[in-house]
Amino acid sequence: MNSAIRHTWVVSVGLFLSLFAALSIIQVALTDQLGDDHRNSRQLIADLGAPRGPITVDGNAIAESVPAENSQYDYQRVYHDPHLYSGITGFFSVVQEPTGMESAMNDYLTGQSDSQFFDRISALFTGETLMGAQVELTIDGELQQLAHDLIPDDQRGTIVVQDVNTGEVKAMVSKPTFDANDLAVHSGEQFEANLSELTEERGVSPYYIPALNRPIFPGSTFKLITTLAMLESGDYDPDTELENPQELELPQTDRTLPNFFDGGCSQRSEAEFSWIFAQSCNTPFGEAALELGQDPLVDAAERFGWNEGLRIPLYVNPSHFPDEEISLPSLTYSAIGQEDVTATPMQMNMVAAAIANGGQMMQPQLVDSVRGSDLQILDSPDPEVLHDVMDSSTAETLTELMVNTVEEGTGHRADSENFQVAAKTGTAERGTGDGTVNSWITGFAPADDPQYAVTVVYEGIDMSTGNELTGSQMLTMLEAVMEE
Amino acid sequence: MAAASPAQQKTEHPKPRRNVELILLLIALTIGIGAQVLVGITLEDTIDQQYWIEGAIQAGLALAFHIALRVRAKYADPFILPIVVTLNGLGIAMIHRLDFTDRYAGAEVADRQLLWTAISMGAAILLLTLLKDHRKLRQLTYISLVLSVILLFLPIVPGLGQDIQGAQVWINIGGMSFQPGELAKITLAIFFAGFLANNRDLILLAGKKIGRMTFPRIQDLAPLFFAWLLALGVLIVQNDLGNALMFFGLFVAVIYVATSRISWVVIGFLFVAAGALLAYQFVWHARNRFDIWLNAFDDEIYEQAFGSHQLVQGLFGLAHGGLTGTGLGSGSPDIVALANSDMIIVAFGEELGFIGLAAMLVLYLILFSRYMRAGLGTRDHFGKLLAVAFAVVLVLQVFVVVGGITRVIPMSGLVSPFLAAGGSALLANWLIVALVLLISHAARRPIVVGPMLNTTGEGASGTEDPLRIKEGGGAK
Repeated sequence: MNSAIRHTWVVSVGLFLSLFAALSIIQVALTDQLGDDHRNSRQLIADLGAPRGPITVDGNAIAESVPAENSQYDYQRVYHDPHLYSGITGFFSVVQEPTGMESAMNDYLTGQSDSQFFDRISALFTGETLMGAQVELTIDGELQQLAHDLIPDDQRGTIVVQDVNTGEVKAMVSKPTFDANDLAVHSGEQFEANLSELTEERGVSPYYIPALNRPIFPGSTFKLITTLAMLESGDYDPDTELENPQELELPQTDRTLPNFFDGGCSQRSEAEFSWIFAQSCNTPFGEAALELGQDPLVDAAERFGWNEGLRIPLYVNPSHFPDEEISLPSLTYSAIGQEDVTATPMQMNMVAAAIANGGQMMQPQLVDSVRGSDLQILDSPDPEVLHDVMDSSTAETLTELMVNTVEEGTGHRADSENFQVAAKTGTAERGTGDGTVNSWITGFAPADDPQYAVTVVYEGIDMSTGNELTGSQMLTMLEAVMEE
Repeated sequence: MAAASPAQQKTEHPKPRRNVELILLLIALTIGIGAQVLVGITLEDTIDQQYWIEGAIQAGLALAFHIALRVRAKYADPFILPIVVTLNGLGIAMIHRLDFTDRYAGAEVADRQLLWTAISMGAAILLLTLLKDHRKLRQLTYISLVLSVILLFLPIVPGLGQDIQGAQVWINIGGMSFQPGELAKITLAIFFAGFLANNRDLILLAGKKIGRMTFPRIQDLAPLFFAWLLALGVLIVQNDLGNALMFFGLFVAVIYVATSRISWVVIGFLFVAAGALLAYQFVWHARNRFDIWLNAFDDEIYEQAFGSHQLVQGLFGLAHGGLTGTGLGSGSPDIVALANSDMIIVAFGEELGFIGLAAMLVLYLILFSRYMRAGLGTRDHFGKLLAVAFAVVLVLQVFVVVGGITRVIPMSGLVSPFLAAGGSALLANWLIVALVLLISHAARRPIVVGPMLNTTGEGASGTEDPLRIKEGGGAK
């Protein structure tokens, strides 16, 4: 009997050994395969709850992970000064894919980038939590605050400031804003409620950044591009006398291209190009477009970066200029920034920056440096030339035209006592029928040694308020940035 | 009379080893209550009075049991109680931890489990104290059979039974759910052990020798056939695959131990194969479990109702725990359905990792080894068979549960002994502990025999009327 008991015991131990074997297969050998299964939400919960590196401005965290209370996720993403920065940081949600910088720099922030390979290995062996890298932005906190304070809360406005020599973005603000903390909540229900309040009640989408992702009619600021094509054709220079009718008869149609009714353009029916540029008269540009044809305009626009997306590392949507053949009336309207042409505020600021930098367009950059958890620099983007847009003499000519615009033309509100400002204004009809316009100004200073480019744009604003705000705010920003 | 010399007494009379038990018990309580406190620190940040009260209740119960053993069965195995207290404490801690998840929010299952632990340990102490000697149960052999049938088929009595998760194993008494089948484990083990201890010689002597194996006569197969029918009945009527497997496995193991004949095991396996085939053909529930087992990761089976979702999510949980686990309170065990009962092993695997779960399996392994050790040591056949029966019940429970979760065998609804939330299983397993402790006490208890008594070899009857050494007697 006892030997039978012993046999039973041996068989029982055999059964247990099969359990140990099965467990070691599941828990040790096949963990990766099971973890990667698309039906496994655990790895997701671990990843979503893992601490991410901070995003900083001037060394201060604007986004950081703090240990979470009462949550299946270990860490909670917290945003500081969200109304200044949510448009740049985006939000990190457990419900949806991250947006903004959280998405663009995800690999660094989670510690999964190639340069953090050894951090991951050491975390694996020490059992310490893997800390993501710290991403320092090029943004200047004080400028960002100033730009935020300038834009009235009830307007849809955007201000972009860039260093023309390096391409670094010093400020990038839009209103209305949102609070990324509302969307970083761990509860799916709360997320949906906050999101619908934001999009449906306040009409704000957290999914795009107005400065980068929404191309709009650039209006007369696009005349910078038309002017480049004109100058390069050799047929035009600032002193060329041009016809300036109040209305331009267009071929193939009954439509006409008028000058603005209340502008200074009505004073002269014939004028030199620099005066026409400064007053932003439409008809000579329409006439020039008809003479040049479409190709030189497409060429100039694409050298400035139209029709191509960009990563800075946030994604910049392509601004559009038609490269397929369009009718002559459309061409004349496109030459003054209407009809088939759109531009993002960033694209327009890149135009001013390229002219300021002697024709060399620098790659816009939002990331100053990426540091590992040991503060070792992992990545620090060097300034690089994105496009060689024009030669420096053409850039100088354009600068003269823009200085003249500030001193004697439509840009007079941006005139400074301390330094010379070069700028181009724009007022684009939106075709919404309510008389509101997109009011633009883009430019740089000082004109003799350009440092910073600034673009101010208001969407859907009445014309006089727009004119009022854009010029003076550009001046405020330039004076603030030059003081530093 | 106690005439042996001190030197002889030293070799013949083993030490009670109750002090070893006390030390192990303190370690066991440290683990169980410590786990509970860790859960509190991780998930609540503060340890309030409640934790100390509950810890004190656990410690009080364990010490009461210990004292009962000192008084009533002081030669009982010193390892069994500490192991069971450890497992029970870990179970309460994990159930408590799961009470913090959304799935069990506000349910306070842990408090109910603690209440059931108290009831079960109280009942076990009572059984230990009142019964004194396991051999009295032999008189209940046939009463046990009747009781077993009643207990097993109670849940299908209209108005009393409840259908939960497709298995009809519950009865509802005054709003409380109870699984009478859990207690049938005990009564069936008593019946099998009693029946075979009585008829062992008959079954042993008769039979046909074919080759090297001796096969039993047809009429001797009747009890086996009856056990098989019972298991099938349980399966078909109650949809309870796990218990069917356990009852039949139990009978085959006990009859093998009673006769030492491998032929019984062979016949047993044939019956299991036949039963499995029949079940697969005719019982949807069983066929479903089988399909899930073979094609767990198939999308269609994963998505369907009563599909492999639970099994697959359980595997994900185990894999997520990996070697070292996420730590108590840091995993997401509530993703799996029935996380605190049928699938509590997954919760342990996820949060304590392979190392923690393997350690718990080793505890089970030691525990059933101690059960079998009690069977090896005791002198009467009934005691041997009963101890082995209980050991096999434990082994099969653990194997069916963990094997089902780890896809070694098809999954079926059994709960991990002492760990899972559920009062009936806890009560039954604690009663078994009391009985095994009594058997082990009988096994190690010193016997003083007169010169005329046969104390060695088969049929030794010295245990029938032992003369006890009084405590503090001449054994110093």
